[in-house]
Amino acid sequence: MATAPALPGGFELPLEPRLPRLGSVDAVGLEERALALSRRSIKKGAKVFALDLAIRAMDLTTLEGADTPGKVGALATKGVRPDPSDPGVPSVAAICVYPNLVPAALARTRGTGVKVASVATAFPSGQAPLEVKLEEVRAVVAMGAHEVDMVIDRGAFLSGRYAQVYDEVVRAREVCAGKAHLKVILETGELGTYDNVRRAALLAIAGGADFIKTSTGKAATNATLPVALCMLETIRDVYEDTGRVVGMKVAGGIRQAKQAVQYLVQVHETLGVAWLTPDRYRIGASSLLNDILMQLRKERTGRYQNPDYFTVD
Amino acid sequence: MRRVQVRKTHKLFIGGAFPRSESGRTLVVEGANVARASRKDLRDAVRIARQAGAGWSGATAYNRGQVLYRLAEMMEARRGALAAACRGKDEVDRAIDRVVWYAGWADKLAQVIGSANAVAGPYFNFTVPEPTGVVGIVAPAEPALLGLVSRLAPPLVGGNTVVVIASDAHPIAAVELAECVATADVPPGVVNILTGLRGELAPWLAGHMDVAGLDLAGADGDAAELERLGAENVKRIVRGKADEQSPYEIAAFLELKTVWHPVGF
Amino acid sequence: MTETKTPARGADRAPIPASWDYAPAPEARDIVKIADRYGLFIGGKLVEPLSRQRYTTLDPSREEPLAEIAQAGKADVAKAVRAARDAYTKTWSKLRPSERAKYLFRIARILQERSRELAVLESLNGGKPIRESRDVDLPLAAAHFFYYAGWADKLEYAFPGRTPRPIGVAGQIIPWNFPLLMLAWKIAPALAAGNTVVLKPAETTPLTALVFCDVVRQAELPPGVVNVVTGDGRTGAELVASDGVDKIAFTGSTEVGKAIQRAVAGSGKRLTLELGGKAANIVFDDAPLDQAVEGIVNGIYFNQGHVCCAGSRLFVQESIADAVITKLKRRMSTLRVGDPLDKNTDVGAINSKTQLDKIRALVESGVAEGAEIYQPPCRLPERGYWFAPTVFTNVAQSYRIAQEEIFGPVLSVLTFRTPEEAVEKANNTPYGLSAGVWTEKGSRILAMAARLRAGVVWANTYNRFDPASPFGGYKESGFGREGGLHGLEPYLRLEPR
Repeated sequence: MATAPALPGGFELPLEPRLPRLGSVDAVGLEERALALSRRSIKKGAKVFALDLAIRAMDLTTLEGADTPGKVGALATKGVRPDPSDPGVPSVAAICVYPNLVPAALARTRGTGVKVASVATAFPSGQAPLEVKLEEVRAVVAMGAHEVDMVIDRGAFLSGRYAQVYDEVVRAREVCAGKAHLKVILETGELGTYDNVRRAALLAIAGGADFIKTSTGKAATNATLPVALCMLETIRDVYEDTGRVVGMKVAGGIRQAKQAVQYLVQVHETLGVAWLTPDRYRIGASSLLNDILMQLRKERTGRYQNPDYFTVD
Repeated sequence: MRRVQVRKTHKLFIGGAFPRSESGRTLVVEGANVARASRKDLRDAVRIARQAGAGWSGATAYNRGQVLYRLAEMMEARRGALAAACRGKDEVDRAIDRVVWYAGWADKLAQVIGSANAVAGPYFNFTVPEPTGVVGIVAPAEPALLGLVSRLAPPLVGGNTVVVIASDAHPIAAVELAECVATADVPPGVVNILTGLRGELAPWLAGHMDVAGLDLAGADGDAAELERLGAENVKRIVRGKADEQSPYEIAAFLELKTVWHPVGF
Repeated sequence: MTETKTPARGADRAPIPASWDYAPAPEARDIVKIADRYGLFIGGKLVEPLSRQRYTTLDPSREEPLAEIAQAGKADVAKAVRAARDAYTKTWSKLRPSERAKYLFRIARILQERSRELAVLESLNGGKPIRESRDVDLPLAAAHFFYYAGWADKLEYAFPGRTPRPIGVAGQIIPWNFPLLMLAWKIAPALAAGNTVVLKPAETTPLTALVFCDVVRQAELPPGVVNVVTGDGRTGAELVASDGVDKIAFTGSTEVGKAIQRAVAGSGKRLTLELGGKAANIVFDDAPLDQAVEGIVNGIYFNQGHVCCAGSRLFVQESIADAVITKLKRRMSTLRVGDPLDKNTDVGAINSKTQLDKIRALVESGVAEGAEIYQPPCRLPERGYWFAPTVFTNVAQSYRIAQEEIFGPVLSVLTFRTPEEAVEKANNTPYGLSAGVWTEKGSRILAMAARLRAGVVWANTYNRFDPASPFGGYKESGFGREGGLHGLEPYLRLEPR
């Protein structure tokens, strides 16, 4: 078993199957803070900045059983040039797809700077033998994916087998090392409490995650502002204790530009401007992109927009 | 041959003991030499009452009720002596019944005076009564026993400790009651009774910074001045009636504490 | 929003912005119409003061005059008290309680309808952030009227074994920290119980009370049920001294509260006092730290610390003191200090020059006594009354900043080792208004809550208020409760059935 690259204070992994106290989260206080931050009024230039950043930090995503090379190609094209009428609009950070669609995504993004991310480890459930999951990671890395979005095994987590969760992250990390960035999806909607979100986040970070990510987009509850804030505070604690930088990705249910701005305000006021970069922050989304494009054009033209003027890809 | 009676020495009641006044002074009242407390006796009584506060207020309500009921038992046993110190058996009966009535309140106050509060948010919120601290009582002159009991029982059952200035005119009832208290499992210092001159003692009681509440039932012309003195530490001040019986008498010396806690997973 | 050049850490590194400055987001102030001058509200009309004296009320964030305010004299107060007495005997006490209730419901609704206007005015005249006046003061003020409206015709259920009767005319004196909310705390229960009132707003913040007079007019309350006399402490003293007043309710400093208690001594007037505080906010090592830090910040920087129940003494268990202080300082650096009308402002202006001078003097004493001061870097506006959020560490219990109520954005941090020590230090003050406890352990919460001598204990939260929740102090923080069923009692005579 590998040793963790950096452990936050209080950990005694991997000696104990259960983690010691990790600190706790008061749900009501967390939700109130998230609500207060969501009420920031972001206008004019500050808003344009946020919307531009939201595109640059976007993992433009399609994760459907019906995904085809054609569909993924169209999406990737959109990701490279989201608004052909406005060259000022940047490319997204990455195209996020299922493993079999990695080549299709790569074909359209090569040379553009837009990355390709693949989900892996029996996404979305994670309920497969470890060797199968690791083999999937190897496969997507071999195909050329720049980033791997793995899921933690919530079954293991919720039954108290924290060491197993940790170990799987460590093993996936070993496969990715030097070749791909590892994002670890906690699937917070299945974890039940913010205490668990914090615990899972620390496990993933301890296991070597480059990013921690809220959700698969496939559960009943996806990213929420309080969950994201809880994870950001965990990242901050790790950074302040160890100096280690971990990125954050929110995913699932973020469809409106206003939501994206709210998430960015959280990051800004929790981790500071240093995290306002695609290297440290990502937003997993699909329909969000067009809403942002509409808002940006509204800011440019002063007119409220009509979705028929924006391509559906 | 006629037997020579063994007379009682009427002393102060401080910290569960019966000391003479540190000043060595006495007064002749109601045909007896009665200790005349000094302001230093009062100071000592307040200090001891304060020390006794943690135990008494921390006792279970059930226990406080038991102790008060025990006081009624002791009064019943000393009906004769008590009757001689007041208007008679009828007053003693009413005083005993009053103590029994208040004894029962100890473990019901929180239910009648406290509350659970439906606040508009994810919080559990409740209000509970708590004793205010040391309560000073200027006892009413009449009825000597019932008046004293009516003023003493409410702060006591609420968990306060008390320092009583007995009435100038009828201190014997207070001394007799002190002897009941002393044998009733009331922890030492919870009840302290001073006899002497009200005019000499009451301003020190009213102005004492460690007295939290003041019952001026027995004050008259000096009431306004005592209230003014009481303002120095924002005392809770009432002018209690000599013959009154209600839970609101207890509430007069209760603080209300409201506690909030979030409700969430 | 300028972007720095990408540091050379790799060709595909994305740039990190140098900053993200939020554009100004001012709440429109044209929703408020401020008159050049205001009279006194007596008998249902705004009337010229017999005193013929006026003073100027300011916008403390700009030091600009807003309006001329009447300084009510003895004759004005007497007139207002007579109007209140007339209304009490002739109309209000004869009204069916259910009808009284409907007037209060009306007021609550109108406050909701005019909430934006009143919130802006509150921030203009008091300096508090619009975020707070909009999200706290106004909703709570309206809620208070709703709550007590419902009590008006149910009083016989509130006090078992007693018949509740109104007292008569209540004289009410309120502070400048929550002008309209304190008005609501005073007027709503008084009217619900069947009394009429003469209210004196604080000298520096009379405007929302004067607009409230228009709310009263819109609600068509019988004339004289609510009267408002503006002025400084002299006006308040006249009200306290008035023979026609049956009850005094005061919220303000302990010093003035004591003077009032002395003034009414022997008069038989009923009295309730809600006075100062120096609350302990106690953080144990197992606390949810990020929420505790929010609670600490909310506890002391809410409303610029102009809060009687502010958590101005932070007690941190020594084993986590460094971690908490680091987190706290970091969080303080994100507080946005400035224009009260900007929707993103967290900390607004200090209410008055007098208060600013007092805060400065106490902070200077803290530095002189040897405490370590920290203020996050923030640009304060050049005009107006401002004070940066401040935290003192290395504070000894004996320092003035740990003993005296500062009533400003100034926190003193002390440490403790055991729960016993925390309780002992927390209670080691003449005040007893509120306290905070942060710990994950349920039994410890309850043990702490039981032993803290304070009228409000916030466990794992801080500075929460609700009309259903009684509020008020132990010890020199006053007596009587506002809010909840218990808030009715000060406005009723409880007669035996």
